Amino acid sequence: MVETPNTVTLRFRYAPPAGPGQFVMIWIPGDDELPMSLSYTGDPKGVTIKAMGDTSRRTLSLPVGTLVGIRGPYGNQFDLDPRRILAVGGGSGTAVLAPAAEAAAQRGSRIVAALGATTAPELLFVDRMKAISEKVEVATDDGSRGHHGFVTDVSRRLLAEQPFDAVWTCGPEVMMKKVISAADERRVPVFCSMERQMKCALGMCDACALGPYHVCTDGPVFPASRLTPIAEFGRTKRDSSGRRVPL
Amino acid sequence: MADLRTTLVGHTFRNPLWLASGIWGESGNSLKGAWEAGAGGVVTKSIGSQPRMGYPNPTVVTYEKWGMLNAMGLPNPGIEEYPQEIGIARSAGAAVIGSVFGADAEEFAQLAARMAATGVLALELNLSCPHAKGLGSGIGQDPDQVREVVRAVKRAVKIPVIAKITPNHYDVASLAQAAESAGADAISAINTVRALAIDVRLRRPVLAHGLGGLSGPAIKPIGLACVWQIYERVRIPIIGIGGIEHADDVIEYVLAGARAVQLGTAVAFRGIGIFSGLAKELSERLDALKVHRLEEIVGGAHTTATPQ
Ligand SMILES: Cc1cc2nc3c(=O)[nH]c(=O)nc-3n(C[C@H](O)[C@H](O)[C@H](O)COP(=O)(O)O)c2cc1C
Ligand code: FES
Repeated sequence: MVETPNTVTLRFRYAPPAGPGQFVMIWIPGDDELPMSLSYTGDPKGVTIKAMGDTSRRTLSLPVGTLVGIRGPYGNQFDLDPRRILAVGGGSGTAVLAPAAEAAAQRGSRIVAALGATTAPELLFVDRMKAISEKVEVATDDGSRGHHGFVTDVSRRLLAEQPFDAVWTCGPEVMMKKVISAADERRVPVFCSMERQMKCALGMCDACALGPYHVCTDGPVFPASRLTPIAEFGRTKRDSSGRRVPL
Repeated sequence: MADLRTTLVGHTFRNPLWLASGIWGESGNSLKGAWEAGAGGVVTKSIGSQPRMGYPNPTVVTYEKWGMLNAMGLPNPGIEEYPQEIGIARSAGAAVIGSVFGADAEEFAQLAARMAATGVLALELNLSCPHAKGLGSGIGQDPDQVREVVRAVKRAVKIPVIAKITPNHYDVASLAQAAESAGADAISAINTVRALAIDVRLRRPVLAHGLGGLSGPAIKPIGLACVWQIYERVRIPIIGIGGIEHADDVIEYVLAGARAVQLGTAVAFRGIGIFSGLAKELSERLDALKVHRLEEIVGGAHTTATPQ
């Protein structure tokens, strides 16, 4: 299903149970195998892919009926206990927040969402979030819809307007860092879904090392209090060789 | 409590359970983490002259109980950038062994010298990666080349040198003998066993590289046989590797001739907590067996029987 001009959701039947926050490794035979957060964790499950690298582009142009491999799910899940949750998604980051927000809403939590994108057509899952949220606000870099500017401005305002028990965020690390500093001022704990290069997804090969953690097994969801002491957070990642490179 | 300390390559290790190369060893923080989790020593990812991205994914295939297949393709940040990672591990006091791989004796020697300069306490030469052409296993299959590489490295460095041997050879002990004759200070064995997985629906190998290397419980009997045979033919210490997960696995390797062991796949299966858990389990098991010092029983199975 096409979500935005650059984003497509693939749904598939895959039995192993999964929870919101977890990811699977999707194998495109003859091409590559990529980590993808589940954007749907029930049945059928789903991943929402944004055309970024070569493989994700090629994946989006695969003919219907192409066989792909799936392993997982891997990683931890969002803690669904907080009663009042602010979900802040940047770009395709909303993909992992949506199933978590749905699950929390179903258990009676109240959701407020702030969703950002470069431009209106790239906003992801706005209707899906509206269906389960008390309020959804959007921001676009070009002002084509909602707040003209960053979603971080919106989330800062929302944090000032009402109390929250937790902030969930996924998106570019610089964005998440700003979300964290705004939430810190109000002493609201933040949980970030992190992305790093993945190879084994088993906590073994070290490809996804982030400070003392492995994103594949210790994450992908981390409390911000664990991330902010890490010098790499928001600054560098590792390439396939393990070299530190700027984000 | 049985004494788990073990002395080899000029160092007394607090326990015989080392982190194997290629597991958690690409970043300094992970080496530090493994040390702080209780590993007796930590071996770095195998480092080459240049940064290497490794093979595309899929790079691993897992089997529920008996292990996994991998063809990472020796990804590593290269010797230029790697010293900062060793610095992080050493600042935590870790006993770090630096692993290197090269295409020929000259490259091995140059890399070894640069790795030695980082302050690692010993080197491990990866003469055994089963899935990287010309790097490691090609050389490691030929006793003459093993001898040449070890000799060149010994000339280039003052610190102890461990030769890591492949199991993918009909006479594994001959490779160890070649390394010993060139001055190696210890042998580690084994690296992964050449293996393959095929997807029946797609009719193609699962790993992007095709062939890979098997690790985990499935290879323990193979590793044991290699250590056994090597012990019969060399006098330098042996570090046993392959499928170690429980106390009895360690004890079997020690009885076959190992003075220390390394853990790889078990870290993925049981988490990094395996180091402290296994040290405790091992100590208790030795107590039950009335063994006071682990070192007492090195090679202990050779006196009672001698399988060829
Ligand atoms: C993902 C992975 C990466 C590895 N990378 C290296 C490496 O860079 N250098 C090396 O000498 N051995 C490497 N090995 C081999 C291990 O060090 C070890 O010899 C092997 O896995 C057998 O031990 P195990 O059964 O405890 O895993 C690697 C193994 C795995 C599973
Ligand atoms: S992807 Fe290999 S350790 Fe996380």
